[in-house]
Amino acid sequence: MTVSVQREDFDVAAETARLTSGDRDIGAVVSFTGLVREMTGEGPIGAMELEHYPGMTQRALEKIADEAQARWPLQGLRIIHRYGRLEPGERIVLVLTASRHRQAAFDAAAFLMDYLKTRAPFWKKEETVGGARWVDARETDDQAAARWRRGAS
Amino acid sequence: MQVLYFAWLRERVGAAAEEIDPDGATTARELVQRLSASDPRYAAAFADMAAVRVAVDQEICDLDSSISGAREVAFFPPVTGG
Repeated sequence: MTVSVQREDFDVAAETARLTSGDRDIGAVVSFTGLVREMTGEGPIGAMELEHYPGMTQRALEKIADEAQARWPLQGLRIIHRYGRLEPGERIVLVLTASRHRQAAFDAAAFLMDYLKTRAPFWKKEETVGGARWVDARETDDQAAARWRRGAS
Repeated sequence: MQVLYFAWLRERVGAAAEEIDPDGATTARELVQRLSASDPRYAAAFADMAAVRVAVDQEICDLDSSISGAREVAFFPPVTGG
């Protein structure tokens, strides 16, 4: 399976081995892991709660994965996105891309993260000693996603 | 139709999901206007429409897209996954 939306943690090495196993045409594997940071602008967080839209998250991530596979020559691709209560240092998201040569793997991984950040229906809530607050979307994420628009330089 | 709310919209509306009769509303924006007129908790939740996104049958679209025949309409703030 290419896309998983789950509560459970994942093992990056095991996922990488599974992605590349048996395919001797893979010359490049790029891996991105997103982690929960402790410090925010408002102070340290104790935990983060990741809410999601069950059903739509799976479809939205599959759509993003399909688009990456249409745009780049990839031998393989894997996305895992967790939800639920996560503490600082924990893994949130994994993107793996595999291709014959490195440029496609690098570019596809960056594209997947930029699109995931702006199109995957998850919402983060940070818990601090002062209370809980919903994280605001960043304009920089929209700008990053926009650079992948076809025809944009 | 099923109407779903997520994140702080869900908190302000006070429900994660409800069955709603669109009662003539043909777009998501019209549905919001009807809901806001019917109860102050919707008016409070939807006070800033610039912060509201919508998905119709699990496809993100804009607020002026048609909801006719839709089974599920979801309202939520800009996404913050990844």
